[in-house]
Amino acid sequence: MEIPMQCYLIVALVMFFSGVYGFITRRNLLAMLMSLELILNAVNVFFVVFNRFLFPEHLEGMFFSLFVIGVAAAETALAIAIIINVFRSSKNIDNEEIKELKY
Amino acid sequence: MEASQIIFFILSAIIVVGSIMSVVSRKLLHAATYLLFVLIATAGLYLLLNFHFLAAVQLSVYVGGILVLFVFAIFLTSQVGELMPQSTLSRRIMGSVIVLSGFAFSTYVLMTHKFKTIAQSEISELDMQDLGTALIGTDMYQYLLPFEAISVLLLACIIGGILIARKK
Repeated sequence: MEIPMQCYLIVALVMFFSGVYGFITRRNLLAMLMSLELILNAVNVFFVVFNRFLFPEHLEGMFFSLFVIGVAAAETALAIAIIINVFRSSKNIDNEEIKELKY
Repeated sequence: MEASQIIFFILSAIIVVGSIMSVVSRKLLHAATYLLFVLIATAGLYLLLNFHFLAAVQLSVYVGGILVLFVFAIFLTSQVGELMPQSTLSRRIMGSVIVLSGFAFSTYVLMTHKFKTIAQSEISELDMQDLGTALIGTDMYQYLLPFEAISVLLLACIIGGILIARKK
């Protein structure tokens, strides 16, 4: 007996919505970025599962997740560079206390 | 119960517990550690679905690259063992309501929709040669243009990183 598709989807759904919850409630910029990673990762799982279970003769889902992983890596590197710069200029990365974007 | 089912249950338990803990834990380094477990278990899911190359990419890029970057940034910006400030109660209640209603709605849609799934037993492992030709080919279902776009994006990211991190 094989695992039905819905099991994978529910797991990815839990991952996605915990990422959304973290993005809403976190105040630290780095923690918000981590929640964003969770969301992107859950979307990757969705793409791969739909690819494997619905259209196994094509590879769109797999290539889309590959490109999402690449974009996520670039985005995280830049965001962390920006966050460290914000920390350098205002000694704080709390999103309620950073009121200005002046560098 | 087969071995693949047991492995799936273990991986999904790690993912569910880890992703919830990683957004409610108040220590930033603990949150990053839970995220690490979630990402490794996701690579396990890819292996279970026979996407071996994707699992390798997930391990090397996400776990080996992004997470190490996170840990560096955490050490640069916060004290070890420091508790993060919590957001207001109304914000947390609003977040829970949004998340729970969204989760219930999506679960309902996914459970009631009839997917035409294809049996997994006749699917074999992906050939590396097919993958390579699909990645840099120009025919239908081949992906040279996104590949080049990603390379330009990474170049822009390198230049931007240098510009941002440079001291004046």
